[in-house]
Amino acid sequence: MKLAIIQRILLGFVLVIAVIVLNFFLLQAAPGDVVDAMLAEAGGGDPELAAKLRASYGLDQPVFIQMLKYLGQVLKGDLGYSFYYDESVTELILGHLPTTLMLTLSALVIAVVMGTLFGVYAAMKPKGFFSNFVTVFSLFGYATPVFWLGMIILLVFALYIPLFPAYGIRSIPEPEHWFDRFLDIVNHLVLPTFTLAILYLANYSRISRASMLDVLGADYIRTARTKGLSEPKVIFKHALKNAALPVVTLAGLQLGQVFSGAVLVETVFSLPGVGPLLYESIVRRDYPVILGVLFGAAVTTIVANIITDLIYQRMDPRIQSIT
Amino acid sequence: METGTQKLTEGAEAGTGVFVFEESTSKPEIKWRETVRLFCSNIAALLGFIVLVVFVLAGIFGPTLYPADPFELVAAPLSGPGEFTLLGADYLGRDVFIGILYGTRATLLIALTATLVTVFIGITVGALAGFYGGMIDNVLMRITEFFQVLPPLVFSMVIVAVFSSDILVVILAIAVTTWTTEARLTRAEFLKIKEREYVLAARAMGASNLRMITRVILPNAMPPLVIAITLRIGITIIYEAALSFLGLTDPDVMTWGKMIGLSRDFFFDAWWTVTFPGLAILLVVLCIALVGDGLNDAFNPKLRGR
Amino acid sequence: MIGPMKQDNPPNSAKQQTPQGNTALKVDNLSVVFDVKGKPVTILSDITFSVERGETLGIIGESGCGKSMTALALMRMIPSPPGRIAGGEVNLNSENLLEVTKKRMSAVRGKEISMIFQEPMTSLNPVYTVGNQLVETIRRHKTVSATEAQEEAVELLRIVQIPAPEKRIKEYPHQLSGGMRQRIMIAMALVCNPKVLIADEPTTALDVTVQAQIFDLLKDIQQKNGTSIILITHDFGAVSEMADRVLVMYAGFKIEEGTLDEIRNHAAHPYTQGLLRSMPELSTDHDAFRTPLPEIPGSVPDLINRQPGCPFGPRCPSATAKCHEMPPMVDLGANRSVMCWLAVEEGAA
Repeated sequence: MKLAIIQRILLGFVLVIAVIVLNFFLLQAAPGDVVDAMLAEAGGGDPELAAKLRASYGLDQPVFIQMLKYLGQVLKGDLGYSFYYDESVTELILGHLPTTLMLTLSALVIAVVMGTLFGVYAAMKPKGFFSNFVTVFSLFGYATPVFWLGMIILLVFALYIPLFPAYGIRSIPEPEHWFDRFLDIVNHLVLPTFTLAILYLANYSRISRASMLDVLGADYIRTARTKGLSEPKVIFKHALKNAALPVVTLAGLQLGQVFSGAVLVETVFSLPGVGPLLYESIVRRDYPVILGVLFGAAVTTIVANIITDLIYQRMDPRIQSIT
Repeated sequence: METGTQKLTEGAEAGTGVFVFEESTSKPEIKWRETVRLFCSNIAALLGFIVLVVFVLAGIFGPTLYPADPFELVAAPLSGPGEFTLLGADYLGRDVFIGILYGTRATLLIALTATLVTVFIGITVGALAGFYGGMIDNVLMRITEFFQVLPPLVFSMVIVAVFSSDILVVILAIAVTTWTTEARLTRAEFLKIKEREYVLAARAMGASNLRMITRVILPNAMPPLVIAITLRIGITIIYEAALSFLGLTDPDVMTWGKMIGLSRDFFFDAWWTVTFPGLAILLVVLCIALVGDGLNDAFNPKLRGR
Repeated sequence: MIGPMKQDNPPNSAKQQTPQGNTALKVDNLSVVFDVKGKPVTILSDITFSVERGETLGIIGESGCGKSMTALALMRMIPSPPGRIAGGEVNLNSENLLEVTKKRMSAVRGKEISMIFQEPMTSLNPVYTVGNQLVETIRRHKTVSATEAQEEAVELLRIVQIPAPEKRIKEYPHQLSGGMRQRIMIAMALVCNPKVLIADEPTTALDVTVQAQIFDLLKDIQQKNGTSIILITHDFGAVSEMADRVLVMYAGFKIEEGTLDEIRNHAAHPYTQGLLRSMPELSTDHDAFRTPLPEIPGSVPDLINRQPGCPFGPRCPSATAKCHEMPPMVDLGANRSVMCWLAVEEGAA
């Protein structure tokens, strides 16, 4: 079992290297390089200076050498420099990360907990009203573009019924007391979290309903009932732990997307997260930032996948004996 | 089964012929006609299909029957629905209805092409991996794993940013980032079907590998793939809309997502500019989901309601 | 040769008292209906039988004949919808189980009636340890502390002859062999020394040697506790190994009932006769192995589109025009009965 984990981590490391290599080639393909960006920032410069700078950055060396250099750099945590923000990309991303994490993690937790309960309840009466509601809800969840839903929610709850602020994460001016500041942030996060959570929830309800229906037909559920166990015990002890396995898989997948899952919602609600950073950097062609975000998102996915595997192993004893 | 029937017939002839006994034979092939019949008996799915046909017809013939330029400024800026135009006008005075009508063609065309490319890559990779197994499977699956690690939306945003926002690039950016699902599904189906008797029989009769893949295994892997492809079209429409919304699309083409994106800064003053294009997306994708569900039920009648 | 005169079964001494006081379970006219696409389909038709204390009743029939459904109906565990118990009585301890509250029924399950299943592989929950699943059963029916329950669980595993029970109790089902798992299922069923143990194809998924061990274990338990066992199987070998009396089912009907000897040697129903002919173990004639085993032609009837008349009619070698009508249940005395027109004619002649 230990061996399997080490194997998994090694594979993750290989994937990280592969992402860095991909990033390098995307950087190569992008029009302009660091020197162009610097000179543009400085208001132009003569070709001689450009050549000198290129040499000092090693840009005149063969591609392969450049790639190795880039690899070493990124592995040390250096994702390059944004001339627009005049800041290192790593710090820039870390600075935008808290908002994104607050938004996606709270949406994810709400969706997983409520979605599982919805699914369990729907599965107990597969032909009932609530079960049909879950089906219709998941259809709409599949069909609704998240950015559009965000805008409609803004129209309703920020414009027509002005309950919540429409953009940003802090009021200007900020409240004095730290607790008021906290409440202020929460207040700003309600609508975007709701937008994201409702679409996640649609998905989780459907998955957990299907999984629960599946498990309820299993032999061991019949056994649990013949033993005289009460129905809540049958459902919440025997069925739920088995039915939760696909939900965990999906949650793990989405945990890997915390970085990127909120790009659209953050853009709609003008939250200072990673999403708008990426969006604005694309508009400005700030390539180090763009590729830095891609790298960060990929690494998060890789790490989340490993964590999901570990959790899954804990939940399903059968896995350990196979590996 | 067969001997049972035979014996019974003998028994019947031998004088007991009181009862007539019928036996149904089942073949491994998919009963397409039965599937169509089941599908048509599903009212929601049929309704979804009809609405989709209407949209496709509007996309094909709308611009011809109603010649206009979706970029033309025809009404007072931000005028409401019914004032100058049916569904109102945006901040520059462009007609929302004409935008949606012309956007239908572009949106559906981009989404369908992107789906086609996605599915083509996915099925090819999945089929090769599942059919050959071993080293080929290993390499292809590692590549698939690599692509799964890259978050689709961010990756395609990066691709469009690095290359260009040409329609072709957008289509490829969508396909390159999403084919892994189809690849895994196809591979799983191939692994399952590969071991069936009729496949072994075809192999024993000396069918070539290409023939085995395209004529023997693939047709039998179709039901789950058809469902997945149907649902993929819906996902691609939303995906394309998201990219358009962010402005990562061809500047000369009007799509539904772009209409919403263009009106982002003005929609508090003109709800119609985002609501109607969004409803168009919602309606089309919802209908696709209904058709997908209908297909699912039609292919697996036993799993109804799951 | 009718009656409870079996020499080879010592625990039957209890049976020699008045039959009335010794009936563990009495089932009367049990009917189960399933709704298939809005149409009611009768899966069980007026099943009537009783089981004495310490006796083993074998219920035999092809798959789909309703034998497993009978077991589930006794436990009141018919999947509903689409199924429902349409009528009848299941009397245990002068209590009609079909009429008690749900709460009472769940207290009866696992305590008064227990059940073990065909698939020991899938009948245990894969994500909990064996001990966990045993302890929860113990604590459901007895007020004991966790440690006491744990000790009791170890003891139960010892009773079902599992080696190193202290170690096994911490293991997950997938770490155990099929036979081992079935022993655990039996241990779980024995928690409260139930009056009735329903064993639904308990050995079908197991190797032959393991089958014999499980049967020995069941007999052993029966002798010690006077448990009544209802053995549900498609295998006449298992029935002759275990059963005192046999009930033959076909298409949801009880078509014949009698002691093991009578069924084996004087089967009255053409279906039972066919069933016996297709059994290699019972054939004493060694040449019989050279000739192919006779089979019952045709296949299990489709209950949805069933024709009126005798359910076995379409496959019966001795069917006559009369068989288009439903044959009556002919009582041949002392728990011996058969549902066939042939028996009616014999009786008249």
